[in-house]
This record gives sequence, C-alpha cells and structure tokens, in this order.
Amino acid sequence: MAERRKPAAARGKDPAAAGRKAEAVEHFPAGEPTERLLGYYAGMVLIRKFELSADQMYKRAKIGGYCHLNLGEEATVVGLMDALRPSDYLFTNYRDHGYALMRGMTPGAVMAELFGKSTGVSKGRGGSMHLFDTGARMMGGYGIVGGQLPPATGAALALTYRGAPGPDAEVVMCQMGDGTTNIGAFHESLNLAAVWNLPIVYVIVNNRLGMGTTVEAAAGEPELYKRGCSYRIPGERVDGTDVVAVREGARRALDRARLERKPALLEVMSYRLRGHSVVDPARYRSASDLEIAQSADPLPLLRRSLLAAGLMDEAQAQDIESEADKKVAAAVAFADSSPDPTPDQLFDYAYASPVANAAHALPGDPLVVVP
Amino acid sequence: MTGEGTAKAVITYRQALNDALRAELSRDKNVILLGEEIGIFEGSYKITAGLLAEFGPERVRDTPIAEEGFVGAAIGAAMLGMRPVVEIMTLNFSLIAMDQIVNHAAKIHGMFGGQTPVPMVIRMPGGGGQQLAATHSQNLEVWFAHVPGLKVVAPSNPADAKALLLASIRDNDPVIFLENLSLYNTKGEVPDGEHVAEIGKAAVALEGTDLTVISYSRATTVALQVARQLAGEGISVEVVDLRSLRPLDRETVCASVRKTSRAVVLEDDWLSYGIGAEISATLMEGAFDYLDAPVRRVAAAEVPLPYAKPLELAALPDANDLIKVIRELLDATGFSPAAGHPIDTAT
Repeated sequence: MAERRKPAAARGKDPAAAGRKAEAVEHFPAGEPTERLLGYYAGMVLIRKFELSADQMYKRAKIGGYCHLNLGEEATVVGLMDALRPSDYLFTNYRDHGYALMRGMTPGAVMAELFGKSTGVSKGRGGSMHLFDTGARMMGGYGIVGGQLPPATGAALALTYRGAPGPDAEVVMCQMGDGTTNIGAFHESLNLAAVWNLPIVYVIVNNRLGMGTTVEAAAGEPELYKRGCSYRIPGERVDGTDVVAVREGARRALDRARLERKPALLEVMSYRLRGHSVVDPARYRSASDLEIAQSADPLPLLRRSLLAAGLMDEAQAQDIESEADKKVAAAVAFADSSPDPTPDQLFDYAYASPVANAAHALPGDPLVVVP
Repeated sequence: MTGEGTAKAVITYRQALNDALRAELSRDKNVILLGEEIGIFEGSYKITAGLLAEFGPERVRDTPIAEEGFVGAAIGAAMLGMRPVVEIMTLNFSLIAMDQIVNHAAKIHGMFGGQTPVPMVIRMPGGGGQQLAATHSQNLEVWFAHVPGLKVVAPSNPADAKALLLASIRDNDPVIFLENLSLYNTKGEVPDGEHVAEIGKAAVALEGTDLTVISYSRATTVALQVARQLAGEGISVEVVDLRSLRPLDRETVCASVRKTSRAVVLEDDWLSYGIGAEISATLMEGAFDYLDAPVRRVAAAEVPLPYAKPLELAALPDANDLIKVIRELLDATGFSPAAGHPIDTAT
C-alpha cells in the first residue's frame, strides 16, 4: 500500500515534478509579451484569493453544501482558459470557480451563487458546483462525476451542424478530473466523439487524487493521456504548474478540433493543495506528498520567475495582489448584500415551456381543490 | 388540439409516429433523430422507416450501443439549439441512461436558473406480453413521472400519438414519450393536417355515468373494450385516458369520479407505488366525499415477468381482470343496471 500511496510525481515520468524545486525559475518562451504574463499572474492570484475567501466564507456558514476549490490548480485553469476563445463552449466538473472567473463571469456574481443569492450566476439555484453563464458560453459546472461528458459531446455534435471546420470554427472544451476517466460516460463520450469526428477537447486535470484515492489505485492505465488510444484520440500530457505550457498544450488540442474537426485529449498534471472539498482535512495524504504539492504551488513559482526574469518588480506584484484582494472583498460584499431568493420564486424555471396542470404545491398544500 | 384538418385516415400507431417524425424533420432543420439502428436498419420496430433515405445520415443518425452517451449527447445538442428526438430501442435500456435523464436532462433548465432550455424527446417502447422475459418487458413509467423537470406522455391511440409527438418535439423541455410494443399495429383515425396536442391534458375517451376507469397507453385500449362490452349489460363506464403522466391532469380525473362516484385504475405496470397509487391519492384529495367505495386498482403482479406464456398471462392485467374488479365494485355499492342510469354507448 505504501507504494500505491507514493505520488505519481515521485516516479519521475511527470514533467510537473521533474527537477522542480522551490527555488526553480521558469523560463518563459521568447516573444511572450510581458503584459500577457502579468495577466496570467493576475488571473492566478484572483483565483487564489477568491478560493481562500470561499473557504473562509464556508467556515462562516455563508456558503453551504459542497464546495471544491481550485487551490493549487491556478496555472492549469488560467492556461486552459487563455487558450479557449470567447466563441468556444466550456463544460466543467464541480471544481469550477476558477474557470467561471477566467471565462469573465464577475467575481461578485460567482460569489453570490456560492452564497445562494438571487444575483448569483445561476440565480442561486445551483451553488458552488453548478456555475453557468450562457453569455460566457460556460455551459455549466456539473456535480456528478462524468455527467458533463455526454452533454459536452452533444454540444460538439451541434457545432457540426453550424458550419465547416476552419480557423473560425467554434469548439467545445470539456474539463474533468482524473477520477472521471474510470467511468463509463468517459469512454462512451470519447467513442462517440471519435466515430462522429466531433470538435471537442477533453481535458483531464490530473491532481493525482480522486477524493482520497490515488490515480494509480483507480486507473488501469494511470498515464491518463493514453486512455484515448482505444478511440484513436491523440493524447498529450503537460505540466499543469506551468501556465504557458498548459496554454500551448490546450492550443494544440483546440487547433485539432477547430481545424480538423477531430477530438483531442489533454492531461494536465496539477496538484490539489487542500482536501477534496473545504470540509476534507485530507488526512490520507502523506507529509511527503503534501510537501511535493506545496513545492509545486504555481503561484509562488510564477511570482519568483517573473521577478527573477525582471518582467515584474515587487511593487507590481503587490499591486496585482492588492487589486485581487479588493475584487474579492467587493465580491463578498456584493454577495452578502444581495437578496435571497424568495419562496414565491420556487417554481420559476420549473419548465421552459409552460404546461397545463403543473404541480405547484408547497409541502402540505393540496394539489386538487374540491369544488 | 389545434389545426383545421377535417379529413381522416385510418392508420397504425406506428405510421402515426412515422408521419409525425417526417413532418417535424421537414418543418424544422434543427430536429435530428438519434438512436440505435434507426437509420440503415430503419428502427427495431420500424418507426423510422424511410427517414434515413429521405433526410440523410446527419438528420437520422445511427448511434453506437451507448445509451448514456447518446442520450447525454442529445442533452448537449439541445442546449445549443438543436431539437433531438432520441429513440431508445426499448424502455428497459433507458436504465443505462438514467443519470443523464434524471441528473441532467431534468435538472439543467432549473438548476442553472432558467438560462438554457433542453428541448429534446426520448421515445421508447415498453410493455410486456411479447414473451421477452423479465429484462425486456418493463414499463417503469413511474420512474420518469416521479421526476420534476421531465414531462411524460403515454398516448393510447394513433391520433394522440401523432399529436403528442408533434407537441413533444416543439416543447422546450425534455419529454419522455412512452410507447407500448403492443400498440404499434393498432389502428385508428388520424386527422389529416397539423394537429398538435396540449401536453398535461387528459381526455375523456368514452363518456359514462356509473363508474370511471382511469388508464393510459395500452391499458386504455383494454378499458375501452371493456366499457363497450359492459354497455351491452346496461353498465355505463366512463374511460379517462391520462395521456400525460407528468404533469397529471388531476382535475379531469376528479371531475369524472365526482360524476360517477366509482373509480378503477387500470395500469400495465406493477401495483405498488404506481400510477394507480397516485390516482387513488388524488381522488382522496379531490373526490373523497363523492366516492361510494374505495378506489380499486388493477395492475401487474409484482414479479420479474416470466418468459413462459401461462405465467406471463397470469402476471399481466387483462380485460377479464378489469371486468371482475368492476363487477366487485358495482356489487359492493349496490349498483343495479335495471335501476338504470342513462346509457351512453357512443364511441
């Protein structure tokens, strides 16, 4: 069992872990605009601060239900979302806050959804796991493992009726966790995408743990990017702590979907800094495993790299960080001051098409009135 | 019903479904059909016969045997503006797609605050009596009818089959469209032209005064046959055809029983927790003071349906079971045909 618990990173085949130490400095590709790199840092900081605030608000009982954070996955989220165009569609799992923010959904409306307020992105109906915004083409966070894959695949099918593949074609990105690759919906979806030539990129965010179960314990092929081979879907694994590497990998996969109308699989090696959800103390994790995750924390890595490369100075870094603090504080204030949905709105959205005889009774109310 | 067609043709339930699919494929380019063997094979029960040749493989799309995958794909396509009509080969296989139906199709509109409709139809035949044994003979309509967010219809005749399928395809919510294997070859008059039913409305299929039989799908054909037979004995049976199981037209059911004071529910599914239970509770609520006796239910025996014909016949409700229960209920309430209610034998 000790061997199984050993994180994948310790086995060396993982670019995210290979030689990465706390003092490591990232080397940015030539021609990468400084503004863009600073934008990545700002995005990652915003996610970090938002998630730390969500954790705090959960502990103050402002947020209920399940709440899963992107802590440790910031470079993954920012890199993926920068590669995706506004005209593309996104489906994610329940660990969706960072994706929503990077799709341009306002921190206030996202926090309000976590608070269950009527100003939330899903009008308080969905909560943390179910963020949605038609305008941002964020087609939902989904709480059932694997649940988002068949609908995302069908969204890609719908795109094939809109026009030919090409540089301006729309595509679908479907994000999931490592544990999802073991469920039937994963295999059925990849198979459909392959036989129908669908413009979709399946992204596995491999944070090495499905709740408390390691990838090695759960997956017959733990190198998850290889799992597309049964469907002749090419896979690539990238370092999820390197925002530029994530973006480039995502672009290659998206290009295949966009230009060739063929599915692709991308595995992003990432880390979860905390438990599965805010209430999980992650006692199943060994000290060395956690140490590896912490040493791969993408935020200090990028900060140090930008400083070392002379692309950002300390004052700029602090400006970015305090700007994020302000945005998150404003988001919390907005959520806190927003109205709760009221019981008279309970049956709003019961159906999209009105229908005769819909049962709209509160507990204890009769469904039939005696004349 | 809307529409002005007056001429009528006598066609099968199968043809009525085929006509409705063809009409919608012609009318709206966003309508696509998805399912196992619906194209080249023309459907296991030939409901989609001729449609691949007429509309091509992109509109009439054969799928792998992967119910969770293609039902879920229909959901995503619907979210982006398509109107998929899914055929699941038999209702029994929908169990493999239940996560997509219950956790996704039924939830997406409400859970995301009304931002995206999911306009899709899942058609599937159920029912026993074909010696298909336990795993291929189920009804399970209550599984779907239980779930808010779904609409569930179960037409009993060709005219309703066509009109409700048109309505279901044009509806912006996921509609579970329940067919029954033994209805496909039944015939009935279907008006020409475009008649679109209203989902959520029951019909009084036959008017009567002494007793109400409430049923849906295939069971309605049995109820009507029994009602016509008993009319010859001076017993006037009203038949309420539910047509829609969610929403349920409780008022039409209660109004009928307030008139007749006696109610029997006939259903093909298992007894416990069934549609009959829901109708009984509805009548307790909406017609208690009008009832002359407790509501009776006629439903399938609660066993996995056996293959052997004598056992299958014993398990499934038929006309004789319904007649027996009607007579018991009439006897228990002191009914005498001679005492006479006006008899309406009109069909």
